[in-house]
Amino acid sequence: MKMKFRLVSLSAPIVALIISFGLSSLILLFIGKNPYETFQIMFEYGIRGKSIVSIINRSIPLYISAIAVAVGFKMGLFNIGVEGQYLMGSLIAAYIGAQFSIITPLHILFIIIIAVATSSMWAAIAGYLKVEKGIHEVISTIMLNYIGTGLIAYSLKTFFDEPNSNYDLPRTTELPETGKMPSLNKFFNIEDLQDLHGFLAIAVLVGIFYYWLVWKTTLGFDLRITGSNPIAAKFSGINPNRLIVIAMITSGGFAGLVGLAPLLGYFHRYTIDFPTGLGFAGIGVALLGRNHPFGMAIGALLFAFLQRSAQILDLNDVPKEIEQMMQAFILLIVVVFYEVIRRFIVKQQIKDASKSTDKK
Amino acid sequence: MKIIFKSLTKRYMVFMPVLLVLVVAQVETYSQLTTSGTFGAAVRLAIPILLAGLGGLYSEKTGVVNIGLEGMMIMGTWFGAWGGYTFGAWQGVFIGMLGGALFGLIHAIATVSFQVDHIVSGVAINILAAGVARFLNVIAYKGVPYASSTASPRIQGDIGIFTMPFLAGGKIGETDTFNLLGSLENLDFFLVSDFAGLLLGFVSNISYLTLFALALVPVSILVLWFTPLGLQMRSVGEYPAGSESLGVNVYLMKYIGVTISGALSGLAGSYLVVAGTGTYLEGQTGGRGFIGLASMLFGNYKPFGVLMGSGLFGFADALQLRSPKAVHGLLIIAAVFLLILTIKAFFEKKYKVSAVSFLLSSALFIWFMNSTTIPNEFVYFTPHITTLIVLSFANQRIKLPEKLAVPYKKGELN
Repeated sequence: MKMKFRLVSLSAPIVALIISFGLSSLILLFIGKNPYETFQIMFEYGIRGKSIVSIINRSIPLYISAIAVAVGFKMGLFNIGVEGQYLMGSLIAAYIGAQFSIITPLHILFIIIIAVATSSMWAAIAGYLKVEKGIHEVISTIMLNYIGTGLIAYSLKTFFDEPNSNYDLPRTTELPETGKMPSLNKFFNIEDLQDLHGFLAIAVLVGIFYYWLVWKTTLGFDLRITGSNPIAAKFSGINPNRLIVIAMITSGGFAGLVGLAPLLGYFHRYTIDFPTGLGFAGIGVALLGRNHPFGMAIGALLFAFLQRSAQILDLNDVPKEIEQMMQAFILLIVVVFYEVIRRFIVKQQIKDASKSTDKK
Repeated sequence: MKIIFKSLTKRYMVFMPVLLVLVVAQVETYSQLTTSGTFGAAVRLAIPILLAGLGGLYSEKTGVVNIGLEGMMIMGTWFGAWGGYTFGAWQGVFIGMLGGALFGLIHAIATVSFQVDHIVSGVAINILAAGVARFLNVIAYKGVPYASSTASPRIQGDIGIFTMPFLAGGKIGETDTFNLLGSLENLDFFLVSDFAGLLLGFVSNISYLTLFALALVPVSILVLWFTPLGLQMRSVGEYPAGSESLGVNVYLMKYIGVTISGALSGLAGSYLVVAGTGTYLEGQTGGRGFIGLASMLFGNYKPFGVLMGSGLFGFADALQLRSPKAVHGLLIIAAVFLLILTIKAFFEKKYKVSAVSFLLSSALFIWFMNSTTIPNEFVYFTPHITTLIVLSFANQRIKLPEKLAVPYKKGELN
C-alpha cells in the first residue's frame, strides 16, 4: 500500500519536469528558436565525459546546501541564510587553514571543523532572534545575509588579506598542499579529464549522516514531529524553543560544508570571486527533492546538469539564462504538484480506511 | 531617579533615539543627520519600502503570508524599466505594477487554490522572479547600446518633481516664492531647524510618484477599514469559515488581497527604477521587499505604522548613501541608548539584560572614540542591521491576523 503512494508522489517531479520543458519550449519558440534542436544540443553536450565530471563537481555543494536547508524544513523552519552562513564559514576556514600544515586528513578535518563551527554560530544568531525576540527566521536570515556579506568584505580586506601579496584584490593566503583535497580521478580511472573533486566522498557521507540524523535519532524524530504537528509535539514534551535553536545550529553546521567543496577542491583560498548563490540554489534543490537524501541528490544532479549543459547555448545563439528560468519553473510547478498529490493521497487513505471499516 | 526610569515605558523608549539623534545632530560633524538633504533622500528611499510594506499588508490581512514581495518587486523593476524604455516613465510605472501583479496572481494561485505552504511558494516566487528578470533582460535588449545581461538601457522621460510654493520656495507660474522652511533650516536653531529640515524633505523636490505613494497610506486605511470590501478582506484573514457562512467569497478576497500586494510591490520596484536609477540593475531591490515586510511588522499591520517603519528604514538607508560620516554619529546614539537601557534594566532587576547592554554600550563607545568613520562595508548594511534591531524591540506587541498562513479549503470548518 505504502509503495503505491510512493510511486504516486514520484509522479510530481516528473510532471513538473515535463511542464517546465513545455513552458521553456514555448518561450524558445517565442524568441524564434527550435526547442527540439536546443534541447538536443544541451543533452549531447551534457553527457560528454568532461561535462559529467563538471556536473558532479557542481552538484556537490548544491547537494550539501540542500541538506542544510532540509534540516530546517523538516521542522518547518526556513533557513534562507545558508548563503551567508557558508560564505562566513569558508572565509574563516580558508584563513585559519592556511596558517599551518599537518598531515592531509587531519588538516582537512580541522578545516571542516572550523567551517562548521563558524557557520553554525552565525546561524545560531537567527535561532536566538526567533526564540528570544520573535523575529521570523526568513527575515532575520535574509538580513544576516546582507550583514554577513558586508562583514566578509570588510574583514577579508582588513584582517585576512594575504600579506605581501602582489595581487591587487584582497584574498586569503593559499592553503598549503596538505590542506588541499586530493581529486578522485585516480580512483575512477579518468585521469584524462579535469579534476573530480574529492569532496564527493564527503558529500555522500553527509547524505548518509543526514538520513541517520533525521530518521534514526531522537533529535530527528523531534524535528519531524514538530514539523508535521507542532501542537502534538509540544504536548509530547518537546521544548520548541530549544529545538529551534538546535535545528538552526545543525542547519548552519551543514551549511559550513557547502563552501568547502570549491575551497578545498579548486580555489584553495577565499577570494572575491568565490562562488556565491549556492545557498539560494540549495533551497530549490531541497524543495525539489522533498528533503529526502536521495531525492535531493537527484535534484542537485538535475540542476547541475541544466547549468552545465546550458553553457553550450551561447555558442548556438540561444541565451543560456533560459536554464535559470527552467530551474525556477520546475521549482514552482513541483511545489504545486506535491501539494496536489499530498491531498490526493490523504483522500485515498481516508477512502481505504473507510473501506476496511465497512468490511468489518 | 528610580521613578524617572520606571516611567520610561516602552511607549516613551521609542522616542529616545529620536531625541538622541536631534542632540547629536547639533555637533558640526554629524549635522548631516538632520538636514533636508538627508530627509529628502530618506523619503525617496522609504517609498519603495513603504509600498512593499503596504503590499504585504493587503496580502497578510487576507491571511496569506507574502515572502514573495521581493520577487514581485524584482518584476516591478524589470517591467518598470522595460515600459519606461519602450513607452515612457509613467507607462513604465503602470507596466511595472502589472508585472508585480502578475506574480502576485501566481502566488495567489499557488497558495489559495492549490494551498501550497505560503512560505514555500513565496521562496519559489523569489527564485522564479530572479530567473525571469535575468532571462527577459537578455532577450529584450539584444544589441541595444548601454544594455547588458544585468542592466537595461535608460528609460525615456521622467516623472517630474514638485516643490511646494511658499513653504519650500516652489514656483507659481514662473515666479519664485518665499522659501520659509529653507530659511528656518539655515538659522541653525535647536529643534526648529531640524524639524524644518524634516518637513522640507517632504515638500521640496519630490517626485509626483512619491506624492502618489504617500497618498496610498490614507487610501489603504480607507479601503481596508471603511469599505465593505476591506471588511470582507480582513474578515477572511481572521475567520474564513465565518466569513463564508455570511456569503463572503473567501477565495476571491484572498486573490484580490494577494494581487494588490503584487501590484504594490511592482510599484515599489518600478519606483526604484523610474524615480531612482533610471535603469534596471540586477539585484537593485537589495532585500527591500523583506525590509518592507519588516516595516509592516514594525507598524503592527497598520498603514500609518508601515509609513513610520519605512521612514525609519529609509532614514538609515539615506544616511548610508549620503553621509557615511553621519552613520558614525549613530554609534554614539546607540551607545547612549544602550546605556539608558542598562540603567532601566538595572532598576527593573533584570541584571542579565543590564550587563549585556552595558557591555555592548561600552564596546560601541570605545569604537566611537577610536574612529572617525565607519568602514564602507558596514555602512552598506546599516538598513539591514537597523531592521533586526528595530524588530527586536518592536516584535512583542504585534497582533497577527488570526488565520495567517492557515490554508483554507472551501466549505471547511476550522
